[in-house]
Amino acid sequence: MTSVELQQETTRRSRAWKNRLFLGVMLFSMFVAFGTLAVLLVDTIVTGWPAISWQILSSLPSSVPGEAGARPAILATLYLGLIVLVLSVPIGVLTAIYLEEYANRSRWWNKLIEVNIQNLAAVPSIVYGILGLAFIVRGIGVGRVVFAGGLILTLVVLPTVVVASREAIRSVPDSIRQGAFALGATKWQVVWRQVLPAAIPGMATGSILALSRAVGETAPLLMVGAVVYVPFNPTLFGQYTALPVQIYNWTKQPDAEFQTLAAAGAIVLLVIVLSMNAVAIFLRNRYRRQW
Amino acid sequence: METPQIDSARIAEVARGALSRGDIERRERVFTVSDLGVSYNGKPALEDVSLDVFRNTVTAFIGPSGCGKSTFIRCFNRMNDLIPGADVAGTVLYHGADLYGRNVDPVEIRRRIGMVFQKPNPFPKSIYDNIAFGPRVLGMKGDLDERVEGALRQAALWDEVKDRLKDGALGLSGGQQQRLCIARALAVEPDVILMDEPASALDPISTTRIEDLMHELKREYTIVIVTHNMQQAARVADMTAFFSVVVAEDGSARRGVLVEYDTTTKIFTTPSDKRTEDYVTGRFG
Repeated sequence: MTSVELQQETTRRSRAWKNRLFLGVMLFSMFVAFGTLAVLLVDTIVTGWPAISWQILSSLPSSVPGEAGARPAILATLYLGLIVLVLSVPIGVLTAIYLEEYANRSRWWNKLIEVNIQNLAAVPSIVYGILGLAFIVRGIGVGRVVFAGGLILTLVVLPTVVVASREAIRSVPDSIRQGAFALGATKWQVVWRQVLPAAIPGMATGSILALSRAVGETAPLLMVGAVVYVPFNPTLFGQYTALPVQIYNWTKQPDAEFQTLAAAGAIVLLVIVLSMNAVAIFLRNRYRRQW
Repeated sequence: METPQIDSARIAEVARGALSRGDIERRERVFTVSDLGVSYNGKPALEDVSLDVFRNTVTAFIGPSGCGKSTFIRCFNRMNDLIPGADVAGTVLYHGADLYGRNVDPVEIRRRIGMVFQKPNPFPKSIYDNIAFGPRVLGMKGDLDERVEGALRQAALWDEVKDRLKDGALGLSGGQQQRLCIARALAVEPDVILMDEPASALDPISTTRIEDLMHELKREYTIVIVTHNMQQAARVADMTAFFSVVVAEDGSARRGVLVEYDTTTKIFTTPSDKRTEDYVTGRFG
């Protein structure tokens, strides 16, 4: 009798202990993830804060740290973002619509496309850089210009946009499509007037997150010739540098004041990327649907 | 073995406004189904169905789960076309024309033969836009506001929603949503309305309202309804078809068959097939 009770007590204690242990493991994981991020953020802000001024936004780069700014780099980064947005969203969304709504999944070529898109999303961006150098910059002779950089970044994020858009389309319940078909709507009308509007919040969120990734990319741009020193405002078909490339360049300078500038540049980049993410989160919350 | 008890209340329900077989059969045949079979990826789901659906009547399909009644109703507006691997054999004549004929456009069929689904499926738009969607995509002429109001009135929903037409349809109750879906189907001026278990997800009061609506609507439309609920079939239907499941001898395949099709009064009071009798008296399913 007593032994039974004792055993139960032991089990109970062991179960409670496991419960606490698991909670601890989760908290620790969370601390590793967010603690690192917090340390990084604080360190960057503390280092870069003295150099945050109008100058970094408005001045041209210079070999004198006190006069150097990142205006061409910031502008080029915004241009790149715009090019990526204009190219990757329509192409990505249309691809996603085809794959989800029109493609016959039993056909081998559609299966091949499916597998490839998944794989493309995992290809390191430097590989796209090499591809871009060979085919876009040299192959079709676009040259080392902003537009070429935008094309490469579009390729980098396109698979992500496609995958996110497909998720959004798939989350529209089939009953909506059936209801629209039952009223005599054509396939195009069902997709365009029901599925797409219902999927837009998800697509927008995915696309913006992909875009903010593009804006932070450095490797492929180094590959396709973002120039390091650009003392003039960029044009679509002119030489350019991008903000991440500019930051990278400043960190390589021996002068300590450039380190401060690099940190300040990082802050500017962070502000750009985080405000894009904020827009994505806002859209997601604003248009969240309950079916 | 006791004799099957047929509930007297049910007979009373059936008797209410019931049409005689002669009355019904004098009416125009909206659908004539012959030797219809449906298979999914080569596996038969429904076989050898032949029946007529008469104008301005309510025709109910009843039977246990898996008997193919929902599959069957989806043949009337070619919704099975949307399911990959579905294959329909046999003929369905709609006012004498083959629904599965070579030059028939399923899109055109669906505007004449409307459908209401088991689970209310309003579009994630305003009440107004839900009703207006059909007329808009079909490019229907005339005043859209009037059409929306007319459809909502016919579906007995106008008084409840007239002050909030711009509000989202997903904020309506389940019963209201289902009546909205009925209004949506009516807005494109169909000839036939197919209802696939329209009240199975609703509470009893909403169910009653939908049933009353069917009595009203059959004056202008031909209604075909699938239902799990035998009392509902008895209350609303003029004609009832009982489907059952046949299991292959080795137990591998199950397919639906039409057991008996007759006036609702006959099906519920003096069915000619033992399986129908067992089902309507509650011995099975």
